[in-house]
Amino acid sequence: MMTALDFSFLNWNVVSNFILKGLIFSTQLTVIAMLGGIAIGTALALMRLSGIKWLVMPAAFYVNTLRSIPLVMVILWFFLLIPLLIGRPMGAELSAIITFTIFEAAYYSEIMRAGIQSVPKGQVYAGYAVGMTYKQCMQLIVLPQAFRNMLPVLLTQTIILFQDTSLVYAIGAYDLLKGFEVAGKNFNRPVETYLTAAVVYFIICFGLSMLVRQLQKKIAIIR
Amino acid sequence: MGKWDWQVFLQDTGGGRTYLEWLMSAWGWTLSVAILSLIVALIVGSLMGILRTTPSKLLVAIGECWTELFRNIPLLVQIFLWYHVIPSIFLVLRGLPSIILVVFALGFFTSARISEQVKAGIQALPKGQRYAGLAMGLTLPQTYRYVLLPMAFRIVIPPLTSESMNIVKNSSVAFAVSIAELTMFAMQAQEETSRGIEVYLAVTGLYFISAFAINRVAMFIEHRVQVPGMIGGGK
Repeated sequence: MMTALDFSFLNWNVVSNFILKGLIFSTQLTVIAMLGGIAIGTALALMRLSGIKWLVMPAAFYVNTLRSIPLVMVILWFFLLIPLLIGRPMGAELSAIITFTIFEAAYYSEIMRAGIQSVPKGQVYAGYAVGMTYKQCMQLIVLPQAFRNMLPVLLTQTIILFQDTSLVYAIGAYDLLKGFEVAGKNFNRPVETYLTAAVVYFIICFGLSMLVRQLQKKIAIIR
Repeated sequence: MGKWDWQVFLQDTGGGRTYLEWLMSAWGWTLSVAILSLIVALIVGSLMGILRTTPSKLLVAIGECWTELFRNIPLLVQIFLWYHVIPSIFLVLRGLPSIILVVFALGFFTSARISEQVKAGIQALPKGQRYAGLAMGLTLPQTYRYVLLPMAFRIVIPPLTSESMNIVKNSSVAFAVSIAELTMFAMQAQEETSRGIEVYLAVTGLYFISAFAINRVAMFIEHRVQVPGMIGGGK
């Protein structure tokens, strides 16, 4: 037997009052953590591939530690530690942005490491042979190719990141899922709002993954 | 920051047991959720992965839809669906304990990833093996059972190992529906004792140990099933 579902309360007013705010924060969180994570992750990957022991070890420690702790625990850790370190409380939203940037850097770093390693070594030697410095070699030869080769994987990781932003639930930040939850509580229609949330997340993530697939085909042709 | 106070774990929670006992019981819940979900994920994921490699368009479509559906909805949302939505639509499921619902949520979520790996493992085998099996007069199920799957599963053990470690990490999301597992313990004990750092350190350590233990078991299995002369089978 089924109970009747009633979606009639989900009008534009409800969407703009409850859900849009959450969608904007989830998007912000995803974009900032992606850009920051790729920047820090690339630096970590370069450290790990540098061959210099005191650069390799801290970078490996950073990546391996964060990758072996559940994201929810990382979110809780930062929410606990940041106020202790800076001496004043911090909002859940800002705390989430810092946490996700630092956490995702560990995952992006592994992707960038594979990307850098996918560039044939001969190209680096060729760069050195024509008198380029390490910085020029990386900036002009290796990293552009590493980014292009890894673009689909970086974007797939970003889709996972977008899904994971729902875990800010643990510290009560107001994201897309929270928006649906609050709307559901207000109208006493939790079943409908959770269902809608699932559909919305599915459309966004499935749509993005289709785009990534298209991009992958394009990149494959260029090569 | 004050001094360490590990004695917090010997304090009484007010319910007749110490925080240490509660921590251990929470660890048990984490492991139960993880292992039960892993069983569900392995069974369903392998089945869906196999369907996606069959010649039947219908079966392939079923496998593809399953994988896309469970891969593109966040785990937390899936847990809420199982916990709040499914029992109110299918009233028969109302009486189920929440751990069963969480096991299905985490198991099906992970099955989408396992289906990807099993599919990749089967496709990694030379096409000739399938044709050879069929040419010998084996039926399609027999070809899978005796020719394709024994090698495909060996190929996918390493990615399945990391998926098994992921499932321990992902079981932490069960806190959202009040399963008394490690993350739930961490949040509640932190609030009650205000010794957040000690509590979080203990919980994080147990997650490390659990993932490491699963890794060791998987390595042992990988070692045991090695075929001499084949992929990674040194001997």
